[in-house]
This record gives sequence, structure tokens and C-alpha cells, in this order.
Amino acid sequence: MSRPDAAALAAGIADGTQSAVSVIEATLTRIECLDPKLCAFTDVTADRARTQAAAIDAARARGQALGPLAGVPFAVKNLIDVAGLPTRAGSRINRDHPPATADATLVRRLEAAGAILVGALNMGEYAYDFTGENAHDGASRNPHDLARMTGGSSGGSGAAVGGGLVPLALGSDTNGSIRVPASFCGIFGLKPTYGRLSRAGSFPFVSSLDHLGPFARSVRDLALAYDAMQGADPADPVCVDRAPEPALTAIGQGAAGLRVAIAGGYFQAGAAPEALEALARVAQALGATRTVDLPDADRARAAAYVITTTEGAALHLERLRTRPEDFDPDVRDRLIAGALVPAVAVTQAQKFRRWFRAAVRGLFQEVDAILAPATPCTAPLIGQKTFVLNGQEQPLRPNIGVYTQPISFIGLPVVTVPVFPAAGLPIGVQIIAPAWREDIALRLAHALERQGVVEARPSPLEEFA
Amino acid sequence: MTDDERLDHLIAAGTETLGLHVQPEWLPAIRLHLGISLRHAATVLGATLPDEADPAPVFVA
Repeated sequence: MSRPDAAALAAGIADGTQSAVSVIEATLTRIECLDPKLCAFTDVTADRARTQAAAIDAARARGQALGPLAGVPFAVKNLIDVAGLPTRAGSRINRDHPPATADATLVRRLEAAGAILVGALNMGEYAYDFTGENAHDGASRNPHDLARMTGGSSGGSGAAVGGGLVPLALGSDTNGSIRVPASFCGIFGLKPTYGRLSRAGSFPFVSSLDHLGPFARSVRDLALAYDAMQGADPADPVCVDRAPEPALTAIGQGAAGLRVAIAGGYFQAGAAPEALEALARVAQALGATRTVDLPDADRARAAAYVITTTEGAALHLERLRTRPEDFDPDVRDRLIAGALVPAVAVTQAQKFRRWFRAAVRGLFQEVDAILAPATPCTAPLIGQKTFVLNGQEQPLRPNIGVYTQPISFIGLPVVTVPVFPAAGLPIGVQIIAPAWREDIALRLAHALERQGVVEARPSPLEEFA
Repeated sequence: MTDDERLDHLIAAGTETLGLHVQPEWLPAIRLHLGISLRHAATVLGATLPDEADPAPVFVA
């Protein structure tokens, strides 16, 4: 059974086919029924959601125009401020903080478009995981196989959308934390251009790499949410003063006229056959035959790694000094290691960043989009510590983002599209566009969706809810 | 000195300097991750860039 996407829900509420109250009650029931299996939610804001839903139904009864997401339930990774909740950021330590006094900018913008917040979502501690595992709240579970990881760090976002609990969720992506769960959970995810969407009211990880963005089960929902959230925000010094550039109206233009290439070399070395098969299916559907090499992609990944571990360590140093026992050990030990990396490497990494950005900009003179695997494999088992990459047994946590890190390193927008093989688990493909051209990535994703090459299939769990 | 011993010296000196208290049972994981991070750092430091290259700590895409 396929659930209506956010756009269809909003249309049904606007035309009176269903009420916002009934949508929210059904959502809360689904969460109650399925979340014990998925471990997606850490907080459910039921009273708030019911109040909002009643307000939307009352506005419709008065004949008021409704927003494009009116009545659509959504949830946010728990590093995003929700008034009245401590912003735990997946940690034990931060839940001792006083509750947030205001919602994050993106929550306010989605609600201004009529969406209804139903809760906060599980995540890896301080967003440093790639697995969706969490020592304090439990691992979020993959809706297509509960024994497997959601991916992280936006693991609860992947589980909630992939499991059909909500049609829309927000996550963050520093090195791949939207794209990895989208890949493992078989849903769509948008990591916008660095600086496009405000991060105000979110707990940071690596400020110079942090992005927020949406997960959804259709491309039009990604575009709807993205359009609702755009706009300058003085509260985030990184958010650019740029007028919104709506994408929804562009997604139906198809792939014709767009030059699409496949990332070769680094981006295919080590990938499991299912990752390469998914890439080939997407490339064939888009008529992409040219292969391009992003120069020094391995160094770009290394530089992102160095910046991440050192900036992350700097952010958490005082907590590491005073409350090391309260960290998730898998996170703490990486952060302590990060504190010991020489500063010369960090400065060099930031210099290399500018060089790499220029080199990839050059590639985008010749192509409009580049395809690459989102993850080197399908979802590993929860608790798995190593996997085979490039023919070698390697630690899992530091390496799941091997294909996502070089891209977020230079802030490029990416839509991850879900590919389902004939049998087995889903896996994502990255559609990478030039900076500020989210519309191109969304347009190509929509073309693939219309061809049936990519889709967010209902999980087996949804038959019972 | 083995690689592990070098890392252990760095961990001991660095954590003491930074005021971090490391329990002995944490050491293998810290060593593993420090080794990975330093390999990435060596890759980064292997880049040949001009002296005039500007870092991008506040990045603009």
C-alpha cells in the first residue's frame, strides 16, 4: 500500500477530502504502533500537532487560503530546536540543557507553509556516526530490514520517512548525514548548497561543513519543502543573502538538454556491485555515457575528514574534559583522536578546499550534473563494526561516507535518489549539481521518478499500520 | 619505536596537554581513530599548493 505524499495530503486537506485533524490522528497512531520497532522518534509533540491541525481545519472552514504544506506532518532531527524540548543532538549531555525557547528557523518556515510538527527524531550522538546507532536512545532501525542500520547521522529521519511514519523530515548533513540514510532507507534526500538553508536554531557539528535539508518520499515533496524553507536569515552567518529560487515549478521540465556525466575513478573504486548497478541504471535512464574524474577526490575526502575531526573536537573539548563518561564511546574516542591532529593539516585542508572547488567548477563548465554512488554498499547490520571496501576489511563508521564527503566538502547540492534492485535492499545514487543549482538535481530526480527508475517503496512494516 | 608506540606517545602527551583524562580501555579505539586521522592528514599535507593559496575556513560555495 502506497501512502499519499505530502503534496497529495495537502491537496486533500485543501479540497476538504480529509481534515488536518484526521491526518494528524492517523499519523500519531502510526507512530505509536510502529515507532517501537523503528526507534525513529525521541519526542512526539502530540498536543502541539493537534492544536495546529485544528487551527488549519478552522482556517479552511473560514475560507482562508492554506499554505502549500497545510496539514502535512513532519518531524525533525533532534539537533534542531523545538520550543519546549531540550535540543539533545543525540547526546546524553545536551538533554540536561534547558528546553529550547523557540523553534529553529526551518521549523518556523515549514509551519508557515502549513506543515505540522509531530516530533523530534533520533540521531547519532553529535552527528558523528554515519550508522544511526546511538548508545543513549538505541539504534534507529531500517524500515526495510529491522536488523540493519538506517545510516546516519540523521537515522531517525531515514526511519521515520522510510517507514511511512511521516512524509517529510528534516536532517543535517555535514559529510553525508542526509545522503547516507536516504540511501540505506530507500527514500529521497536533498542536501542543498552550503549556505542555502538557514541552520539557525540547530546544534552544530562542523560549522564550515554543516547543512540542513529535507527527506521525502517523492521529488515534488522535496521541492515543496525546499521552496518553503529558502530565504536569507541573519541568525545564521553562513546563510547567504540570496532571494529564494523556487524549484518546484522547474522539476517537470525533464532531463532533455541537460548534460549528465558519471563520476569515475575514486567514485567507483571499492563500490559493491549493487552500488554500481544502481549507478548504471540511473545513468542509462538519463542517457549519461560520459565519465568524468573529479581530480584528487581522495584528497578532498581526506581534507573533509581532517576538518571534521578537528572542528568536532574543538566544539566538544570542554565536554570531553568534564564529562567523557557521558559520551557514546564510539563518538568520544573519535573526538579525542581529532583533538590530537596537527593544526598544519587543518590549514592545508582549508587551502585544498578552495583548490578543489575551482577544479570541480571547471568540470561543471562541461556538464550540468554528475552521478555517483551515495554509499559503497546497502545497509550493514546494526552493530557491525567493519566492512569490506576496496577489497580490504575497514572500520565501518569512518568509511561509509567515502563517496559523500568529497561533495559536501565543497558545498555542492545533491539529491539522493533511491534505487530498488529486483531483490534486496535499496541503495541511493547522488545527483550532484553545480552550486546554487538544486533545481537541476531535482529536475533529474523527477525525470527518473517519472520513468519508474527511482522510487521510495513502502516498507514491509506499512502493511500493518 | 613501532607505529602504535608513536601513537601512544602522542595520545599521552596530547591528552595531558589538553586536560583530557583517558581511561586505559579507551586507548585502542583512540589509537585506531588517530591512526586513520593522521593518514588522512598526511594525504592532505601531500598536496602541492602555492604559498599564496588562501584557506577557506568560512566557505562560500
